[in-house]
Amino acid sequence: MKNNRSFLAIPYVVWMALFVVAPIIMVVIYSFTTADFSFTTDNFTRMGTFAVIFTRSFKLAIIATLICLLVGYPLAYAMAREGKEFQRVAMLLIMLPMWVNFLLRTYATMSILENNGILNQLFSAIGLFDFLNNTMGTDIQYFRMIGTQGAVVLGMVYNYLPFMILPIYSVIIKLDQSLLEAARDLGANSLGVFRKVIFPLSLPGILSGVTMVFVPSVSTFAISRLLGGGIQMMLGDLIEQQFLGGAYNPHLGSAIALVMMIIVVVCMWVMNHFGEGEEQAVML
Amino acid sequence: MSTNRKNRVGSRLYMALVFFFLYAPILLLIVFSFNAGKSGVVWQGFSLQWYAELFQDRLIIQSVYTTLLVSVLATAIATVVGTFTAIGFFSMRRRWRAPLLTVNNIPMMNADIVTGVAMCLFFVAVFGGWNYLASNYAFTVNLFGAIYRITLPKLYLGFGTLLIAHVTFNIPYVILSVSPKLRQMDSNLVDAARDLGCTWLQAFGKVILPEIMPGIISGALIAFTMSVDDFVISYFTAGSSTSTLAMTIYGMTKKGVTPEINAISTILFVVVLFLLIVVNVRESRAEKAAAKRQLS
Repeated sequence: MKNNRSFLAIPYVVWMALFVVAPIIMVVIYSFTTADFSFTTDNFTRMGTFAVIFTRSFKLAIIATLICLLVGYPLAYAMAREGKEFQRVAMLLIMLPMWVNFLLRTYATMSILENNGILNQLFSAIGLFDFLNNTMGTDIQYFRMIGTQGAVVLGMVYNYLPFMILPIYSVIIKLDQSLLEAARDLGANSLGVFRKVIFPLSLPGILSGVTMVFVPSVSTFAISRLLGGGIQMMLGDLIEQQFLGGAYNPHLGSAIALVMMIIVVVCMWVMNHFGEGEEQAVML
Repeated sequence: MSTNRKNRVGSRLYMALVFFFLYAPILLLIVFSFNAGKSGVVWQGFSLQWYAELFQDRLIIQSVYTTLLVSVLATAIATVVGTFTAIGFFSMRRRWRAPLLTVNNIPMMNADIVTGVAMCLFFVAVFGGWNYLASNYAFTVNLFGAIYRITLPKLYLGFGTLLIAHVTFNIPYVILSVSPKLRQMDSNLVDAARDLGCTWLQAFGKVILPEIMPGIISGALIAFTMSVDDFVISYFTAGSSTSTLAMTIYGMTKKGVTPEINAISTILFVVVLFLLIVVNVRESRAEKAAAKRQLS
């Protein structure tokens, strides 16, 4: 292209300055000020009181990310080895749930896990509780699943698993088959091929999958509220409460949001560091 | 060979399990939209009453309408702006492009809640300043002898801010899916078109656009999906008077979701399923036709 068309980007650059950069500057300003806009770092020092919520958020998000990786990687791998038609259908099946609003899916999960939910009904129908009560001498009518950390992790895995599968799949599908053949010709067994060739080459997909699962998991507030029964509060709940909830304090909320943003920047930096030019992997 | 087949059965079984896990709640949702009772866990017989009541429910219909309207508008705006911006970025020097692409990545990478909260703060602050101005200043205009007093309209969070937020988080996805197509395009094609007397706009319409069309379409699809599925950013930017379907559902989860919601999601699910199947069948037919052409 001889004549320069860079000016076409100008409207969006202005838009970004207004609606991406300016809001972030607002968050920074709010997080370092008090209600009457004098400088303070109190918002950050006060965060120590929320250490429990911070550790819980990170713990649950890390567990959910690991489970997604352990479940999603084999699935992506198995999918990539199937025929073209199969892959197309499988791809469709993975994308489809995303079209049902995640709140609804989470709500449906809730009705599965509830004390009188489908799962407990199933257990009692097959006589599991009677069996347990008879053999162990206990008296349980149901398993309590809602309101536990396990339920929150399940909700996260359930909602974000496709975000792990898609980038890994798109990296594996593009692997150069001749590399695998070369490895086999040089005497590697299938485990060796996987460990030395496939896995290292799919690392960019893994990293973008991990980021795409971890970031929304650590910041969720709806999943923890629905499945955590209101007792498993997470960082997202904390922020939400500072803005729209009872504990109105946008300055503290901004400070927590800023910390979260820094976490994301670190994640992004790590990703750029490992997977260069893998923009496409982030997408699909 | 036999071990290979055994492996394949194992891996397919595994896939089936994962898909069951992904679909169980959705199936449940669909089944209980036909429940005669209000319960989401106890089956009380088949009935279509929730579908009938759905169309009487102003709140739900209104929020579905808002969701679709904001998604369609945001997707249309984001697709046009994103495509031109991608071309702009493409012909930019690396020194300028790299930092701009980093900023472009921010809304995609940032946690939704951070984006939502940041925009909420920004809108509230800007509107606060504007409304202060509006309530204290008025212009008087003398038009053909009659004096008009013009007061600035007050601004609040609502559909406008919701749309701005959606456009903002959609554009990066369009840029991201159009850019690779631009890079793959043979730039000589554009030069050839120009040499043969096309203006840039003609070259754009006849050469660039057809080349990058797949990227534009997939970008638009992703943008639309993101818009329809979004809850968190809408929640912080829509204010109290506007409500998307997701926000309505969230409001309901506090006091119990009515099966009407199951009904509307079943309808949406079936529509999406139908559309995806149509698109996929057409794509696979086109691919097969292309393969046949190559053979002959």
